[in-house]
Amino acid sequence: MELFDNHKTLYSTALGLFLILTLGVAILPAISNEQNNAPLPDAPALSEDAVKGKALFIANGCVACHTQQVRNVEMDKIWGERPGIAADYADDHRTDLLRNTATLMGTERTGPDLTNVGKRQPSRDWQLVHLFNPRTVVEQSIMPAYTWLFDIKDSVQEGDVVVNVPEAFLASPHQKVVASREALQLVAYLQSLKQVKLPDEKSPLFLYKREKPADNNGGAPATLNGAELYANNCQSCHQPNGEGLKGAFPPLKGSKIVLNDDPELMVDIIMNGYSGRVQEGFGEMPAVGTLNKLSAGEIAAIMNHERSSWGNNSRKVTEEEVKTIMDKVKK
Amino acid sequence: MKPHWLKRIVLTAAVLMVSIYYVQAQSKGSAFFAMNSIAGLWTFCLLLMGVILLSALSMKYRLKNLIRSLRARHQKPQLENVAAYIRQLNSHQLTALLRIKQHTKVKMLIWVALGCSLSAKALDAKPTRLMNQTGILITIILILIPVLVGIALMIFKLRRVIGNYHRKVYQEESGLLATYLDEMNDAEMLNELLQRKAALDYSLNHDELAGTVAAEDNKGLLNEISNENNVNFITRKKASSSRPPVDPALGKLILWFLGTATFWLLFGTTVGEYVGIKFVSPDVDHLSWLSFGRLRPVHTNAVFWGWASLAMLGLGHYIVPRVSNTSIASLKRGWYTLILVNAAVVLGTICLMAGINNAGGEYREYIWPVMALFATGLCITLANFIQTIARRTSKEIYISNWYIVSAVIFAIVIVLVAYSPFWQDGLGETIVQGYYMHQGVGMWFMLFMLGVTYYFLPQQLNRPIYSYSLGILAFWSQIVFYTVIGTHHFVFSSIPWWLQTVAIVGSVGMLIPVTSGTTNFFMTFRNGWHKLAGSYTLPFFLVGLVFYFTGSMQGTAEAFRYTNLIWHFTDFTVAHSHITMYGIITFLLWAAIYTVVPVLTGKEPPQITVGIHFWVALMGLLFYTIPLMYGATYRGIMWQSGKPFIDSVVFMAPYWLWRAIGGSLMWASHIVFAYNMYKMSLATAAPDIKEAALKKLSEQYLKGSVSSPIQ
Repeated sequence: MELFDNHKTLYSTALGLFLILTLGVAILPAISNEQNNAPLPDAPALSEDAVKGKALFIANGCVACHTQQVRNVEMDKIWGERPGIAADYADDHRTDLLRNTATLMGTERTGPDLTNVGKRQPSRDWQLVHLFNPRTVVEQSIMPAYTWLFDIKDSVQEGDVVVNVPEAFLASPHQKVVASREALQLVAYLQSLKQVKLPDEKSPLFLYKREKPADNNGGAPATLNGAELYANNCQSCHQPNGEGLKGAFPPLKGSKIVLNDDPELMVDIIMNGYSGRVQEGFGEMPAVGTLNKLSAGEIAAIMNHERSSWGNNSRKVTEEEVKTIMDKVKK
Repeated sequence: MKPHWLKRIVLTAAVLMVSIYYVQAQSKGSAFFAMNSIAGLWTFCLLLMGVILLSALSMKYRLKNLIRSLRARHQKPQLENVAAYIRQLNSHQLTALLRIKQHTKVKMLIWVALGCSLSAKALDAKPTRLMNQTGILITIILILIPVLVGIALMIFKLRRVIGNYHRKVYQEESGLLATYLDEMNDAEMLNELLQRKAALDYSLNHDELAGTVAAEDNKGLLNEISNENNVNFITRKKASSSRPPVDPALGKLILWFLGTATFWLLFGTTVGEYVGIKFVSPDVDHLSWLSFGRLRPVHTNAVFWGWASLAMLGLGHYIVPRVSNTSIASLKRGWYTLILVNAAVVLGTICLMAGINNAGGEYREYIWPVMALFATGLCITLANFIQTIARRTSKEIYISNWYIVSAVIFAIVIVLVAYSPFWQDGLGETIVQGYYMHQGVGMWFMLFMLGVTYYFLPQQLNRPIYSYSLGILAFWSQIVFYTVIGTHHFVFSSIPWWLQTVAIVGSVGMLIPVTSGTTNFFMTFRNGWHKLAGSYTLPFFLVGLVFYFTGSMQGTAEAFRYTNLIWHFTDFTVAHSHITMYGIITFLLWAAIYTVVPVLTGKEPPQITVGIHFWVALMGLLFYTIPLMYGATYRGIMWQSGKPFIDSVVFMAPYWLWRAIGGSLMWASHIVFAYNMYKMSLATAAPDIKEAALKKLSEQYLKGSVSSPIQ
C-alpha cells in the first residue's frame, strides 16, 4: 500500500489527523472560551499587594497541593457557595512574558481548596502564623513551613508586623517573628480569594447530592454533628482542645462568654466577629457564622459542642433560641 | 449420589458466606476478623467444617479400598497372591532370599501399611437472621468445640483399629509366603531369580551419551561452556546474542544519550524520594529552594524530559537507522539534540528551584525559553530521523518507525500548542493544559516506547511480531482516541461539559489500542515463555507489558464521572502516574537499555545486579502504588461523606509512609542500575587471557620473532 511504504504520505497523514483532533479538542474550544467570556460584574480587581502575592503563590508551586476550583458536585460544597464557572477565570491573563496564564485550578488536593479561603479564613493573624509554620495552629498539618518569608528579630521596630508564634517554634523566647513584605503580600492574595456572587443569584446546581442519613426516629431531622462542624469552622484557631493559641487565639475552655447562661454575646460574636480582646494580644475574630453561612441549627450544634466539651459544662441552647438572637443581633 | 450430596453442602456454604458478607458490607468500618465480627467467625467455622469434611471424605475412600481388597482376598486363591509377590521382589530382597536359600533358613518378611476409614456426617446449617447474632454464633462455637474434638478423637481411634487389623492380615499373608519360600527348592526357579537379580543390579556408567571423546562442534553451536560444578544460587541467564556491528561513532552518541538519561534518573528520583519524605516529615528543611512546591516539578520534569526522553531518543538513534537498513543521516545532529535536551533540563531545574516557573499546570512548569531548547532538539532529531528513513534500503517502513517518528512529530506539535506565548486567556489555559499533559504522556512517551518495543521484543524473542495489522490498528486508534482524552483531568470543572464527555468517551475508546497492542505483544510471547527464565531483558519487557495493560485500563476506569468523585484530587492519580510512567515506560526503557548497551560495548552487566535491580524496582513500585491507591480511595470516600478535611490528612499518614518506603526501594534500585550502566560501558572488562595471548602472538608475528604458522 502506498500509504504504508511512502514516508511522506504516512507521516503527513498522521500529522494531519493529529492536527485536526488538536484543533477540535484544544485550540478551538480554548479560543471560543476566550472570546465568549467576561469577568463577573462584581469581581473586584486584585490589589497591588495581592498581585505580588499571587506571583509568590506561583513561584512557590502552591498549586501542587491546593486547587482553586469548586466542582459542581455536592462534596465540593464545603469549598464554595456555588460551583465554579468559566467567568470566574475570565480575568486571568498571561502573567508576563515568561509565565503563562495562571488559573491555578490544580489537579491535587493534598491540602484544602483555596477558591474561597478569603471568606473561610479571613484572619490575617491566623494566615501569618500558619505560613510561618502550619503546625503552630494545625498540629497534624503536613504543609511546608515558609519561615524564609519572615524575619527573626530581637527587637521590634515601628511598623513591623509581629507574628505571635508559640515559644516551642522559636529558638529562644526573646525572639520576635516579623512578617516580611512578601509574607504580607502572599496573605493579601489569600485574603482576596473569595467567590464572587452571580448577578442573577442563579448558580449552577451541585450534582450527586449526598444521601440523607437514614433517620431512625421516624421523620425527625437527623441531629447535626457539633464536633464535625467545630472542626470545619472553628478548630484551626481555637484548636481541638479548645485552649486556643497563647497570644493569638483565645481559649474557649473555661471562657466566661462560652459558659455564660445567656448565649446572646456568644451568638453575636459568631455572627458579627469580635475585637474585644485585641488589647490582650489576641487577633480579631472574623464573622465566621455570617461568612460561612451557618444556619441557626448548625450554630446551636457548634455552641452546644463548645459548651459541653473540655470540661465546659453549661446548659444546652436550642435552635429556636439561637434563631431569635440571630435576628436580634443581625446588622 | 455423592456428588449431589457434596454439591448441596458447597451451595449451602456459598449461600451462607454471601449472606454474611452482605450483612457485613452494610456495617462498614469494623475489622473483618475481629472477635465480634460475624463474617470472620463464620469464615473460621466454615473453614473448620471444610477440613473435617475433607478428612471424612478421605477416610471414606480408604475404607472403600480396604473393603475392596478384603473382598478380592477372599475370592482369589491365595497361592496366586504368593506368585505375584515373588515376581515383585526387588534386588535387595532377592539377595536376602538367595542367601537364605543357601542356608535353607527363612526369616520373617514384614511389610507395613496403613489404612482406615470413617464417614462423618456433614453439618448442615441454614442462613437465618438468628445466625447473624454474635451471641448465637459464640454459643454454637462453644457447642461445636467438644463435638469437633470428639470427632477428631474418633478419627484417630478408628485409624488405629483399622491399622491393627491390617497388620494382622499382613502377618498372616507374610507367614504364608515364608512357608512357601522355605519349601521352594526348584533349581530352575532359583536360576531365574539370579538372572532377575543381575538385571535389577544393572546401572548406567554416565558416559553413554557423552562418550569419552571431547565433543566435536563444527558449527559453533556450543557456547558458554562452564567447567565449574558449583551449585547455582542465581539462575544463569544467556549472554546477549551478537548483533551486526554498530558504527562506533553512533555507539558513542547513543551511550551518551543513555548515560545522561541515567544521571537524570538518579537525580530526578533522589528529588522524588526527598519530596516523598516531606509527606512524612514536613519540617525536614526550611529552605526556599528545597520547599515542596518547588521540588515536586523538579522531580517530575527531570524524570520526564531528562530520564525518559533522553533514553528514548538514544534508543531511537539505534532503531531508526537499523530498521531502515541504512546508517543515520547525520551524527552531528544527534549531538546537538543531546546537548539541547540536557541543557533544557539543567536550566529548567535551576529555574524551578529559584521560583521561576510557567504559572501552574503539571509537566508544563518549565518556562517557554527552556522548553524551546527541548523542542529545537526534537526538531533537529525529527529532520535526522526522516532523512534516515528517506534513504532506507527496504521498501516498507517498519512499524517501529511509524511510532517513533510520529511521537517526535506529535511532541513538537504539543509543545508548540501549549507554549506559544500569545494566547490561552482564562479557562483556555486549562483546556490546553488537559490536552498538553495527557498528550505528553500518551503521544510522546507511550507512542515512542511502543515503537521501541515493536523492535526489541521480537528481536529478544527471536521471532517476528505476531500481527503487523494489529500494530497498525493500534497506531491509528491511539491517535484517534488518545488525542481527545486530555480534559478527563478536569471532570466536573468549569470547562465545557461536552468537552469532558468527549474525553470520557475517548478514554473508553482507548480500550481498542491498548487491547490490540497488548494482544500483539503477548501473542508474540506465545510458546516462547521458556525464554523468560534464560533472559535478563525479557522480564523487564514482561513487567512493562503487564503494566501497559493494567495501567492503561486503570486510566480508563479513572476517567468515568463516578470514579472521579472518589479518586480525583487524591493520591490515586499519583499512584496511577507511577504505574504508567514507571511500570510501563521505565521498565520498557530498562529492557531496551539492557538489550542495546551490551551490543554497543560488548560488555555484559553482572547478572546478579541486574536481578537485584529488577526485583527491588518491582517490589518498590508495588509498595509505592498499592497502599497509596488504597488510602486514596478511602480519602475520597471521607471527602464524599463530609468528614473534616484534616481527618483525611491524618488518615493518609501511614499510606504516605508506605509510599516513602516503596520510593526508597525504587531509588535504591536506580543506584544498582547506574552501577550496571557503569559496568556495561565505562568499566574495563575482565581481562580475557585468550584475547591477550592472541594479541601478543600477532605482535610477535609482526615483529618476525615467531615463524608464520602457515607456510
